[in-house]
Amino acid sequence: MTLTEDPTTTADGPAKEVGNARLRKEDARLITGKTTWTDNMVLPGMLHMAFLRSPVAHATISHLDVSAAKDRPNVVAVYTGQDFKDEQGTIPCAWPVTPDMVNPGHPSIAVDTVNHVGEAVAIVVARTRTAAVDAVEAIDVDYENLPVVLDMEEAVKDGADLVHASTSSNTSYHFVFDAGEAGTGSDTDAAFRDAEVTVSRRFVQQRLIPAFMEPRSAVVGVQGDNYTLWSATQIPHILRVMGALTTGIPEHKLRVVAPDVGGGFGGKLQVCPEEILALLVARRLGKPVKWTETRSESLMTAHHGRDQIQYIDVAAKKDGTVTGLRVRLLADMGAYLRLITPGVPALGAFMFPGIYKFPAYRFECDGVFTNKVPTDAYRGAGRPEATFAIERIMDELAVELDMDPMELRRKNWISAEEFPFTTVAGLEYDSGDYEQATQAALELLGYDELRAEQKRRRESGDPVQLGIGISTFTEMCGLAPSRVLGSLSFGAGGWEQASIRMLPTGKVEVVTGSTPHGQGHETAWSQIVADELGVPFEDVEVLHGDTAISSRGLDTYGSRSLVVGGTAVVKAAEKVVAKARKIAAHLLEASEDDLEFSGGKFSVKGTPGAGLGIQEIALAIFAAHDYPEGIEPSIDAEAAFDPVNFSFPHGTHLCAMEVDTETGFVTIRKYASVDDIGTIVNPIIVEGQMHGGLAQGIAQALYEEAIYDADGNLTTGTFVDYLLPSAADLPTFHTGNTVHAATSNPLGAKGVGEAGCIASTPAVVNAALDAVRHLGVTDIRMPLTPERVWRAIHQGGDGGDRAAEGSNAYGGARTTESGIEEAAQ
Amino acid sequence: MKPPAFEYEAPSTVEDAARLLADGGDDAKLLAGGQSLIPLLNLRFAAPSLLIDLNGVLELAHINEAAGELRIGALVRHSAVAGHALVAERHPLLAEALGYVAHPQIRNRGTIGGTTAHSDPAAEVPVVLLMSDARVIAHSTRGQREIAVDDLFVSIFTTSLEPDEIITEVIIPDRHVEPGTITGSSFQEFARRHGDYAIGGGAAIVELDAEGICRNARVGLLGAGMRPEESKAAAAVLENSTLAEDTVREAARVATAEINPLGNVHGDVQYRREVIREMTFRAVMTAANKAKAGTA
Repeated sequence: MTLTEDPTTTADGPAKEVGNARLRKEDARLITGKTTWTDNMVLPGMLHMAFLRSPVAHATISHLDVSAAKDRPNVVAVYTGQDFKDEQGTIPCAWPVTPDMVNPGHPSIAVDTVNHVGEAVAIVVARTRTAAVDAVEAIDVDYENLPVVLDMEEAVKDGADLVHASTSSNTSYHFVFDAGEAGTGSDTDAAFRDAEVTVSRRFVQQRLIPAFMEPRSAVVGVQGDNYTLWSATQIPHILRVMGALTTGIPEHKLRVVAPDVGGGFGGKLQVCPEEILALLVARRLGKPVKWTETRSESLMTAHHGRDQIQYIDVAAKKDGTVTGLRVRLLADMGAYLRLITPGVPALGAFMFPGIYKFPAYRFECDGVFTNKVPTDAYRGAGRPEATFAIERIMDELAVELDMDPMELRRKNWISAEEFPFTTVAGLEYDSGDYEQATQAALELLGYDELRAEQKRRRESGDPVQLGIGISTFTEMCGLAPSRVLGSLSFGAGGWEQASIRMLPTGKVEVVTGSTPHGQGHETAWSQIVADELGVPFEDVEVLHGDTAISSRGLDTYGSRSLVVGGTAVVKAAEKVVAKARKIAAHLLEASEDDLEFSGGKFSVKGTPGAGLGIQEIALAIFAAHDYPEGIEPSIDAEAAFDPVNFSFPHGTHLCAMEVDTETGFVTIRKYASVDDIGTIVNPIIVEGQMHGGLAQGIAQALYEEAIYDADGNLTTGTFVDYLLPSAADLPTFHTGNTVHAATSNPLGAKGVGEAGCIASTPAVVNAALDAVRHLGVTDIRMPLTPERVWRAIHQGGDGGDRAAEGSNAYGGARTTESGIEEAAQ
Repeated sequence: MKPPAFEYEAPSTVEDAARLLADGGDDAKLLAGGQSLIPLLNLRFAAPSLLIDLNGVLELAHINEAAGELRIGALVRHSAVAGHALVAERHPLLAEALGYVAHPQIRNRGTIGGTTAHSDPAAEVPVVLLMSDARVIAHSTRGQREIAVDDLFVSIFTTSLEPDEIITEVIIPDRHVEPGTITGSSFQEFARRHGDYAIGGGAAIVELDAEGICRNARVGLLGAGMRPEESKAAAAVLENSTLAEDTVREAARVATAEINPLGNVHGDVQYRREVIREMTFRAVMTAANKAKAGTA
């Protein structure tokens, strides 16, 4: 299939906007910063908050004296957990994945114990930010250390030290999905008992930090007993509900505004302790307050992502037919449960079977408490972990069976004619063609030539070896059917809301509940509405992010915006046209049934010349001098859309990787991906999402890792040690698309926000392993640092054994207590 | 402002700067390009009482040649050094090394005096100065003196400068070259990302005669220990050889046999030693190939 439908001019209207590669209308203001980033907000009399944060991972606060800080210049107030213990409640957790899940509660500010480095211990409120930060240093605090729990495999053992004294173990929950019991598959134990071949592996999903570009920031304004919270959040609507419930501010007295927000990647899908504390401080003082984090604060205290240990077993016949899949996870919750902390692994629970026809499947997951900052949503949330595990173990099975890894996949994947296909996990995959995407990707990569080069390098013993990695993936997105979320015990639905206001001059305001934080909603929604209403692209303005303007919505995450929020916009536009049709019939003195609507104009069938534009109708109904009896004088409309199924983008990603066996340095030689994300509204936005997603998925494979030392200190606390790749470190991406429209929404869109991030990580790791497997390497721990790759080649194992310790932020001087690591090895 | 409060002075002459530094005591700090100091201030790892901003001291911004030496003012930016015709002609290793210093924005601010005074064993400039027998002029209210860089670099972030001394100039003598030989040099740095702080590296200058015999060699090591290192032992292995691969491997082994790099999350001692050995090998081989090709 071709990239998109032909977007050229139709006989009786302007060119179609959907499919048009429009430049993003919001970019000029976002890129220049000349906009309403939260930290740009200044309110009259605004005070500034700064936090004293715990330098220890687990301790009781034995002494806390803030009197000296109160005496510092320009300090207005200093608060501790004692000041808010009766009103701070707990940070909400909206996803109790099992009925008996243990949630010890999550205070926004520590009251008598601290459970991770970076937890808030005291708040200074001052007239300037500098005064607040300076006064923090005058606070006198002592801690009495408690045993630190960091390693999940240790934490779940009997008799392990506890993170929370109030609990009987470090296990928060045990979540099970068994296809045999659910009736969607056969008995897993039997499948493994009868298996001709089994392969078992333990994979580590390292801890990652979302690392959005704009730091978190919150400003609270006070108007009597009304509060307005501006926040760099992905979820103003959810934050309003949860903020009201947590603080006791009545929901109708709390307005939340997410102005322009500079990235989130799931990291701003949160009710942050600092947002709650800003509300509490503003209420206590009756004055506006602001808090903006530093980058160090962000890396240390904003929620992290991933962090799973995966035990995965696959059963197969000798001919390669897979017969069973068993997954056990340990998922690091960190010290507390935040908004959807426990649910992230559950989002992956149904995706481990991937695109393959496993007859039997069992999934188990333990959520485990440790003395680290909580984990929560991070781009892909559960699905990258599942995709990594299945795509890695398919390669391992191919090695075990001495089969070509693509042949093994082809033998087991769902074929095009089998759609819609109900998987062993009970999901109904809507549409796609894995073979077609794979063929296109193989051509994009130049697969055969690279295989030949790999052979040459291997035979000549070249110090730089070449490998090719495969990832044939699918994901579930377009979150989500509300009833399905209910069946998974999620605390909210998955619908989305939109309304359209027709202004007297014919201009159009589109209000969306799907709040963007950089995705390009304003452009894409304008394209959709331009087509639906037949108005110029430039005449459409998209409003979002303010609960006083957009009263209903469920915000942006899970590749849901276009699929769910975009569909709500289509539904609202259909209602506008239906309402306008009645006015048009009245003014044209025709029957509604005789009218046709095309190119923004109603006309009587058979007389296309005469007619009435929808923008003219907007003015007519504003004046309201002449409209039919029995209807309201408005063509504005509102719609909510609740999908009946997820959507299932898929694709084939191929990575060619060079490995320098002398140094362990890996270089992506070529990367090719062909994705099916359904109908494409804006090819430029799609390309941008793919590139960003690929960068992020490749970064998990090669660069990023949040490392805690043995005492629970985050040693990767700056961007010198927590490595994000730049364009200079990444290859040219060769991307393509196949198009099979989604069947669950009228746009046919499947979602693209997470695809690149989900698909790429295993392709990269599989490629590195393919390059050096003949040297005896069977696994390399992510990220594939040069040191780990070198160790795996020269010393065996996965290269990840050496506990990373210390930080070299400024030259290695702080490596250990003595300042210098001994050259012992 | 992220840093703790400090007093700020912006003198326009070396004399005024030296006076301020002498009066400022131990807590006074000099600010040049700020590429190391400002992050330390912003993270509140450093809390000087007084910052003396040298950026207005224009007499420190010169590059000139005199008596077979290149004299570079301490305030000259890395990008200006790297782009200078005399540097390219006489000290191509310095120009090559500067290409590894982070990113263009940082090279446009960072100064040769600043990186020299910072004495970071993993920085690019100090090791090249060591291999080039460079000297610095240290100025104070008490007068000025010359210090060979070999005597200047004491340990990590520690120099033999007195607290009241300012580096005003870096002096690099022209290399003495035997007639009929061709010199090649190479700088090989290893980092996880483009422009990152080095995990380790090696640098080499080799001088080949018409028969392809190495008459003179200098081998430098980046990030090998507490200060920039030069391996005379490795040079001895190379000299009077034809720089065959086995010989060069042996020289790289000798150069790194005793080193103790600082380990951290990006690599421990053992791995860094391996990386520095491999980079040293590649530097010598590349330098030799350049000499053989006559491309400097």
